[in-house]
Amino acid sequence: MNHLLRSHAPISERGWELIDEEARDRLTPGMASRRLVDFSGPHGWEFSSVTLGRVDPSDVSLDGVAAVRRRIQPVVEFKVPFSVLRAELLDGDRGADDVDFADLDRAARKFVEAENAAVFHGSSGAGIEGIVPPCPHDPIARPGEASGYPGAVASAVDLLKRNGLEGPYGLALSREEWTRVVETGELGGYPLFDHLKSILDGPIVWTPGLGGAVVLTLRGGDFLFHCGQDVSVGYTSHDGDEVALYLEASFTFRNVTPEAAVAIA
Amino acid sequence: MGFDQYHEPPEELSQEIRTLARIFASLTEEAEAIGWYEQRLAVEQDEDARAIIADSRHEEYKHFAMDLEFLFRRRPEWAAIAKGILFQDGSITENAEGAEENAEIDDPGPDTSPRLLVGSLGIGGLR
Repeated sequence: MNHLLRSHAPISERGWELIDEEARDRLTPGMASRRLVDFSGPHGWEFSSVTLGRVDPSDVSLDGVAAVRRRIQPVVEFKVPFSVLRAELLDGDRGADDVDFADLDRAARKFVEAENAAVFHGSSGAGIEGIVPPCPHDPIARPGEASGYPGAVASAVDLLKRNGLEGPYGLALSREEWTRVVETGELGGYPLFDHLKSILDGPIVWTPGLGGAVVLTLRGGDFLFHCGQDVSVGYTSHDGDEVALYLEASFTFRNVTPEAAVAIA
Repeated sequence: MGFDQYHEPPEELSQEIRTLARIFASLTEEAEAIGWYEQRLAVEQDEDARAIIADSRHEEYKHFAMDLEFLFRRRPEWAAIAKGILFQDGSITENAEGAEENAEIDDPGPDTSPRLLVGSLGIGGLR
């Protein structure tokens, strides 16, 4: 048994299958950063930090000894609790195909938003710089109308190309911007989505947790997601009515080339 | 459900090693079943029952061979030694000594492939 303590939960094998399947289905569509940046791992729960190859001066006050201290980037552990009704799990064991996992669905949305927000906007508490905050380029103005997106994306791609950053390129769109783009079905008889894809030569990705939009190169080696423990479901406690569980993962994100992205804000 | 095929904590093992452990367990079970059918055939007198048992043993021969081939494909150095022993004429022990000498043993070192925790949803990278 590992630290997730799953075998302590009053949940049948069938129950765990249902929970894992539901979690996977709810998490995967929104995990935008994993579609746009390099993914390394999973390296396991014991994986604690990423080597940066840099040092800081260190005064160890030992006569005749010079010292430097290695700089590392620690992984952060994200944990989002949720609960499942035991009666619902029993119904699942009986063959019910409409088990109520509403709280798991809420937790999955929260988890996805947190992971995307950490990658794109950074988190000082998590020790993650993110993609947008260190970007040296001025943001491109967010189009007032979705029909202005081809122009904004073309400007972003042009800016990246002028900086020697080859494609293909990806476009991350916040939930709101995604809806605006989708609602604009056609532009001059040509589907807006297809138009944007032809400019990018890459994917357009629905990104809950992101504010605005970001164009970034997908050439590789610029944005690195280091995964320790991939998203897992663990057990906390239970009573007669409910089982308390949680979603958990450990990871960190490194932005090696801050100029390899452009925000549309 | 038991997890007896693991000799080390499963959460420290990669997906590949855990797959191998399952096939090793299957291989052992097939060999054990063949042994049981041999014993039953040695004592069973009813012809119809003997035919059923023999047919079952035939199935286990096939399963055993498939498991073995799977392992050979995943462990080429093992396959190299086996080639010097299996389906060869002459002394089995002498062939074995020759096979060991001729095979190049490649130590893969510690397993560094991605670790999939028991309980992980296995989402990984999505590009």
